[in-house]
Amino acid sequence: MKNFFLAFSLIFSILLSSACVDKSANSTTNSGSGDGDIKVGVYGDTSGATSSFGQSTKNGIQLAFDEINAAGGVNGRKLIMLFEDDQGRPEQAKTVVSKLINQDRVQALLGEVASTNSLAAAPVAQDAKIPMITPSSTNPKVTEVGDYISRVCFIDPFQGLVMAKFAGNTLKAKTAAIIGDVNSDYSKGLTAVFEQEFTKLGGRVVAKEAYTQTDPDFKGQLTKIRNLNPEVIYIPGYYGQVGIIAKQARELGMNMPLLGGDGWDSPDLWKLGGESLKNAYISNHYSADNPAPEIQNFVKAYRAKFNTAPDSLAALAYDAAKVLADAIKRAGGTDGAKLKDAINATKEFKGVTGSITLDANRNAVKPAVVLELNPTDSKFTFKETINPEGMSAPTAANTNTMSNGNMMMNANAMSNGNMMMNSNTTNSNSNMNSTMNANR
Amino acid sequence: MDTFVQQLINGLTIGSIYALIALGYTMVYGILRLINFAHGDIYMVGAYAGYLLAIYLGFDANPSIFGFIVVLLGAMLVAALIGMAIERFAYRPVRKFSRMTTLITAIGMSLFIEYLFVFIFSGTPRSFPQLLQNDNYTIFGNATISTSQILIFAVSILLMVALQYIIFRTKIGKAMRAVSFNLNSAKLMGVNTDFVIAFTFALGSALAAAGGVLTAQYNPKIEPLMGIITGLKAFVAAVLGGIGNIPGAVLGGLLIGAAETLVVGYGSYIGIPSTYRDAVAFAILILVLLIRPAGLLGTNVQEKV
Repeated sequence: MKNFFLAFSLIFSILLSSACVDKSANSTTNSGSGDGDIKVGVYGDTSGATSSFGQSTKNGIQLAFDEINAAGGVNGRKLIMLFEDDQGRPEQAKTVVSKLINQDRVQALLGEVASTNSLAAAPVAQDAKIPMITPSSTNPKVTEVGDYISRVCFIDPFQGLVMAKFAGNTLKAKTAAIIGDVNSDYSKGLTAVFEQEFTKLGGRVVAKEAYTQTDPDFKGQLTKIRNLNPEVIYIPGYYGQVGIIAKQARELGMNMPLLGGDGWDSPDLWKLGGESLKNAYISNHYSADNPAPEIQNFVKAYRAKFNTAPDSLAALAYDAAKVLADAIKRAGGTDGAKLKDAINATKEFKGVTGSITLDANRNAVKPAVVLELNPTDSKFTFKETINPEGMSAPTAANTNTMSNGNMMMNANAMSNGNMMMNSNTTNSNSNMNSTMNANR
Repeated sequence: MDTFVQQLINGLTIGSIYALIALGYTMVYGILRLINFAHGDIYMVGAYAGYLLAIYLGFDANPSIFGFIVVLLGAMLVAALIGMAIERFAYRPVRKFSRMTTLITAIGMSLFIEYLFVFIFSGTPRSFPQLLQNDNYTIFGNATISTSQILIFAVSILLMVALQYIIFRTKIGKAMRAVSFNLNSAKLMGVNTDFVIAFTFALGSALAAAGGVLTAQYNPKIEPLMGIITGLKAFVAAVLGGIGNIPGAVLGGLLIGAAETLVVGYGSYIGIPSTYRDAVAFAILILVLLIRPAGLLGTNVQEKV
């Protein structure tokens, strides 16, 4: 028996050590280029259930850093990315961020995509006074952790509002059903906002169903929804489940439009959902179809480097990296407090996902796009842009080129949404909690 | 009414999968009194074997019934060999020690397989190719059934009938029954018990692999940790039906599958949220163990101390 366990532990330690060797080899090559370099910790999921998110984020940041370093770096200092895989698990996200801060001594952090993981790691960064920019976590609670946490994307109240408006105004739907992930802060946030806004528009949410990521199938929930026959189904989840939900909904003969958010944006979505993703729409941060030169240059450079089209998570990561570099330049260094102030003072930064201005809650105020899914070509087609009212002058990219088919929301309705975004975040948040409690 | 029928179809679909996996748990327990915790992972291994076969043999490009059969049988064969290897190298050396030792070995084996697969294939979910054209048929009012669901029912029934035949109509089946009555006496009667045990593992693993491939046709997302929850529920199904009892495993699987789907469909009317579907399986287990410790169809054997 002893021999047996010995053999076992031997195998495990070999596996473990080979994994470690891999990583340390990487980081030595990364950090081995001089003392003045700026170390930026990046964490994301490259091996778990949302691994395409982490991969895109890593690629986007890599591209931005390479461009910045090729142009001479920031104040003559090169940007170095230290990447850690958190396997898409919140507890692991917390661990790797602690490691990046305490062991690797990074001077800034970029990450995560999933709000639940960002929320787990943000307090660590806040306590250590290391500025963290999340490229794409949209749950409002993330930046409420503290003044060292900021983001370059819009937040769920806006994203949920965009889809509620699209369902109510563009698709003219009167009834909707929602099916969301019960363990995801992102999903819970969008569910609450969509319901609130859709009801405000005179619609009715006829069913709210929940699933967990380990559910073997979703037909139970879907059959229940089918019985109520809603005109649209809102699925604020991540691509891994969404693909299967879409497939099983169509199998049950449910052919109504499916609506979602940026969590659908992954090349893997098409493999899982296939043709069943016809007649589906999502809210997103940018469209790779946009002919604006800065966007097309980014798409071309990304394609040349990684041989795939950049999804919105790659674009946001690219912007987050550029915003960070810009802030370091303005702060004149990487002192935590100064750098944080410089990041939070970001104003009208021209990114590929639009003009980025951070508001008082360190959330970016920027337009969203609605994309239609086109499974035949495995791509998202641009449908319309929705601007938050009162934001700083939109960039050329957003007004000129998107105006074909551009449907601006009326000012009245939007000021409503904007008010909610800027001043009432805490309010909508507590609201969200109470809805979820009621649901339980 | 058709909603109820629909929910029943949905429930029996996953129930059939649980039943296929539960058979492996129950057979191994019947013979060795060992709870083979690595069995749920064999289900995952089967799905991956099918995935690799489908990709390398090119069946993912043009769906055909031939391709499906080849992938199904291939995955069952691969899993059977892996099941036998696990028995030979992990369980046989510790078989003569206490039951606790083998139990812990089984848990270790389960973790080993899971993280070996994470290591080789990464945790990224992969999408299993559609091997057969998937159509939907309306059978009862508004209730529909898809090709992949029909496939699950048909193949499960076929395999269960085949298993029944092997156990009650063949020589090796007779040997299996003899070993499950009393291993040492069977050995004295000249039964090659090592071979019978290896064969049992092969049989159970092949059934789990079939479950893996069938599930992947229905829900085409496969990942290295997919066997944990499904395996646990199949284990619950085996205990529910009476562990060691083959018809019991099938009954238990179908009951658990139907129960959790009905919880999703109707639980909210009696105050149980749909996300409690997993809890329900375990609640049923506890209830059954309180009322009938031997399981629904199990026979209560008094153990001598």
